[in-house]
Amino acid sequence: MEEKLRRIGADALRELSNAGTLEDLNELRVKYLGKKGELTQVMRGMGALSAEERPLIGQIANEVRSLIEKELTTRTAALKEVAREQRLREEGIDVTLPGSPLLRGGKHPLTIVTEEIQKFFLGLGYSIAEGPEIETDYYNFEALNLPKDHPARDMQDTFFISDDTLLRTHTSPVQVRTMEKTVPGLPVKVIVPGKVYRRDDDATHSPMFNQVEGLAIDRRITFSDLKGTLDLFMRDIFGPKTKTRFRPSYFPFTEPSAEVDISCVMCGGKGCRVCSHTGWLEILGSGMVHPRVLEVSGYNSEEVTGFAFGLGVERITMLKYGIDDLRILFENDLRFLQQF
Amino acid sequence: MYISYNWLKDFVDFALAPQELADRLTLAGIAVESVTELGKDISGVVTGRIEKIDPHPNADKLVITRVNTGEEKLQIITAATNVKEGDVIPVALEGAKLAGGFVIKRAKLRGVESRGMMCSGQELGIDAKTMSAEQAHGIMILPPGTPLGRDAKEILGLNDFILELDLTPNRGDCLSVVGVAREVAALLGRPFRLAEPSFPETGENISGQVRVDIDAPDLCRRYVARLIKNVRIGRSPLWMQSRLRAAGMRPISNLVDVTNYVMLEMGQPLHAFDYDKLVDHHIIVRRAKDGENMVSLDEVLRELNQDMLVIADPSGPVAVAGVMGGLSTEVTDNTTSILLESAYFNPVSIRRTSKSLGLRSEASLRFEKGIDLGGCLQAINRAAQLIYDMDAGDVVNGVVDNYISPVSEKTIMFRPKRATYVLGLDIPKEKASDILSRLQFKVQDAGADLLVTVPTYRVDVSIEEDLIEEVARIYGYHEVPATLPSGSASHGAKTREQSFRTMIADAMAGAGFNEVVTYSFTNPRVFDLMNLPADSPFRNTVKIQNPLSEEHSVMRTMMLPGLLEVLAKNFNRRMQEGAVFELGTIFTPGQEGHPHEERHVLAAAAMGRAPGNWKMQPREFDFYFLKGVLESIFRELGTEDVKFYPEKANPSFHPGRTATLDAGERKIGIIGELHPSVLERYDLPERVVAFEIDFEGLYAVSGKPKVYNPLPKFPGIERDLAIVLKRENQAGDIMETIRKTGGKLLRSVSLFDIYHGEQVPAGYQSMAFALKFQAADRTLTDAEVSEVTAAIAAELSSRFGAQLRG
Repeated sequence: MEEKLRRIGADALRELSNAGTLEDLNELRVKYLGKKGELTQVMRGMGALSAEERPLIGQIANEVRSLIEKELTTRTAALKEVAREQRLREEGIDVTLPGSPLLRGGKHPLTIVTEEIQKFFLGLGYSIAEGPEIETDYYNFEALNLPKDHPARDMQDTFFISDDTLLRTHTSPVQVRTMEKTVPGLPVKVIVPGKVYRRDDDATHSPMFNQVEGLAIDRRITFSDLKGTLDLFMRDIFGPKTKTRFRPSYFPFTEPSAEVDISCVMCGGKGCRVCSHTGWLEILGSGMVHPRVLEVSGYNSEEVTGFAFGLGVERITMLKYGIDDLRILFENDLRFLQQF
Repeated sequence: MYISYNWLKDFVDFALAPQELADRLTLAGIAVESVTELGKDISGVVTGRIEKIDPHPNADKLVITRVNTGEEKLQIITAATNVKEGDVIPVALEGAKLAGGFVIKRAKLRGVESRGMMCSGQELGIDAKTMSAEQAHGIMILPPGTPLGRDAKEILGLNDFILELDLTPNRGDCLSVVGVAREVAALLGRPFRLAEPSFPETGENISGQVRVDIDAPDLCRRYVARLIKNVRIGRSPLWMQSRLRAAGMRPISNLVDVTNYVMLEMGQPLHAFDYDKLVDHHIIVRRAKDGENMVSLDEVLRELNQDMLVIADPSGPVAVAGVMGGLSTEVTDNTTSILLESAYFNPVSIRRTSKSLGLRSEASLRFEKGIDLGGCLQAINRAAQLIYDMDAGDVVNGVVDNYISPVSEKTIMFRPKRATYVLGLDIPKEKASDILSRLQFKVQDAGADLLVTVPTYRVDVSIEEDLIEEVARIYGYHEVPATLPSGSASHGAKTREQSFRTMIADAMAGAGFNEVVTYSFTNPRVFDLMNLPADSPFRNTVKIQNPLSEEHSVMRTMMLPGLLEVLAKNFNRRMQEGAVFELGTIFTPGQEGHPHEERHVLAAAAMGRAPGNWKMQPREFDFYFLKGVLESIFRELGTEDVKFYPEKANPSFHPGRTATLDAGERKIGIIGELHPSVLERYDLPERVVAFEIDFEGLYAVSGKPKVYNPLPKFPGIERDLAIVLKRENQAGDIMETIRKTGGKLLRSVSLFDIYHGEQVPAGYQSMAFALKFQAADRTLTDAEVSEVTAAIAAELSSRFGAQLRG
């Protein structure tokens, strides 16, 4: 019997080593180890053996069985590997063919830049305030220290709805609207993004454009805080090498007032066509909130000070992306929009 | 405002080069736009006198001249026709350079040698606007006494630089050379000098010869007059002409030039009347009467009204005060006496008048910014002095000075502590005092503070902050440190609604749409393009009183026209595909006494199809595409309970392919294919789909908080259900019925096939649904599921006549 077992084992190993496919292996498993397999048949006959022989033969049978099983596993793994290799060889594709197109959209560059500005100021603890685009003369001018017939009204050619109602010419009216709500609370820190309107339409003016207003009110807010804030802001938007320059200027609702220039983003300040060879680009207007504006809003201007600034989103967008034509921002040419 | 660099030096000594000076001024708030060098690139031009003119033997249009340049006599051939023997003219010598890089060489003209060229004004680079046509294009003839052989650039004031100022509206005082010179003096710490004019007066005192009445004291606080007799009208001296030209003005005659010169120098507009043409020599400063009119100097008949201030004589208006003189009293070559006016008019009144007449003059520009009430007399005396110096007339003894409301001196307390509180920079009291004094403020010590008196011409300074700015700008803004606010902390965050807006834009961009920005104003014609009936509420618009054009004359009441225009523009540029969206504002007029209403609206429109390629079929932008976009966005925004109902009555949309969006009881928007007639009018392709959704309405039903649902522990069972039913039945109703009947065990329903055609009877369709059943607490049995499915089939049969399909 022992001989028979050994012979089965040897046959099985030989046949296994000759097997060329996974199907062959499976057949051999059935042939030797299956319910009616050769090894199983032999082992069933073990009942006829004597009590002394049985453990001995049993042990041999197990040895043979495990030998076959081990070989089966090895061969299976080897053949699987061969099959996989083959599949990988056959399944190559042309990876240079174009991929399946996704429908791709995007936000308008003005929105992208506005959000960038918002993100910066949210990080500094500012909230976002909003106000109506159809505004009263009071909030747009009067409360901002621009009484009727003030020459500075000429700086902002206005669309009128009625004698007393107009399309806001700047986002500044939201300063007063905000303070009226917050008074006497402190601090007030808001930015105001929004559309504004001026009666101008040429290569460098659009009758509708976008501004972001900033306002910070507290005890002891200083002009130097304005400088520091805008300094940081400009470096955030235009890169860490950006320098700022503050020039005295005039806005009826700030005093002292400052025009802010940045070092030219194109030439870095050396002078080029974009900056008219001055090395500087005018970027926004700012100043300390005029005491009258604070008073009109209900704050005591002796105790409370603040700064305000207003910038044109179009200007920043154009400088950021190197756009040299304002109009293209409002033409909504998809070939333009799809670049963002 | 143009300022001559050399003119400034009349009032302050400094050595700064023009560009350096410009930079200093700019950083002190007097922005210099540009610095232009007059006579740049011009050299080798001297003065010469034409001694003799002979005909050219070989040419009719040329003459041979002999020109004396003091050192030599040159033979010069010219074609100029405006010269005669004895004229002094600019001569470009051999090797001279003229405007435009033109170089003069010795030449033979028709066989005769020519050694130089006589120059026109333009060839010397002088702005043609500031010269007569003859001077600009013909030879520029200089006054007879002009010395010979002198550098013509120097004689013509071309060795100068012009600073172009971009002044802020508060600094009316810098609309003058003196005003800018004061700034320069303060900036550089140099003394400022302004001599008191002096001149001899003659004859009978003015008081008996001129009467001035101010009938409108609210509009005219001061009127100063002087009388000049025996005027000798002629040309003003070259130096004066040059300075006027440098400032961009054209010299006219000596007396007119004087008034302009003093205005440029002192900032006080002056006016000269022909004294003999003033009826009764009586000046009346009054409001015009309604219906009155006057022909102004530019020969235009001006209709006047009682809001306008005029200078009148007893016969009627002779000038619109501060804006423009009248033709009837104009100074002409025949004038023998003039009345000079130096007055202060109300800025607001001047501004309104010049606006309503559409007439802005150098004078009105200055009056409306507010001139120096205290300076009227000095300015008129300066003019008298110049007239005397030029020997252009005899200054009559005395002056009329009707000074109704004298200027009141403003005094302001300057507290250095306050300055530090505002600026964040410590400026010592002594330093502040020094700066303010340099700016001609009178400063008195008041303990820790300074009591400051404001000069009368600084009408822009009225509160302490104004002084703080004065000190800071001269001290230098660059000296202020950069800090961040140190006060109480604040939390920066968007409101939920603001975040929601960003989410929508992100979601739309993610869904493949490009954001556009269109104008908030529109053309009322778009409502016709959109097929809207005459009584459509959308036609009730907020109108702009002074639109740029009809095209932008009303505020939009809907977003879609703007988007369709965008698509049409792109289609016209041969873009076949386009999917755009905008989150914008629409405007509706408020009811009587209420403000206009502004609402945010999300709108989108798409034409063509989504891109495809060798691997993927392109997908049409149709109703279902757009609906899918909305459904996906709703999921992202946590929007609940928005239902799509067929909308057949919207005239802008396809009656069979449009739905209303309903949220609860509220209609929040519309989605559909545009009506073919609308598309035709916009020149758009055959199919365009669009939606418009009220933002607040959407926001109200969105933002459902996300809550975790435990994952199912027990397996589900799937069943397909195919039915045949009449085509008019709507999928929405059927699915609703399936859901209701399926109850708790039915986890999801999806419609995976719709078919109509040969396999089903005409007018019928087959619909196939995949139903998934699952229970949270047990494994369902086939029997249970079959029972529910049967119930669903029965319900569909009874409600819709649906037959199960084999």
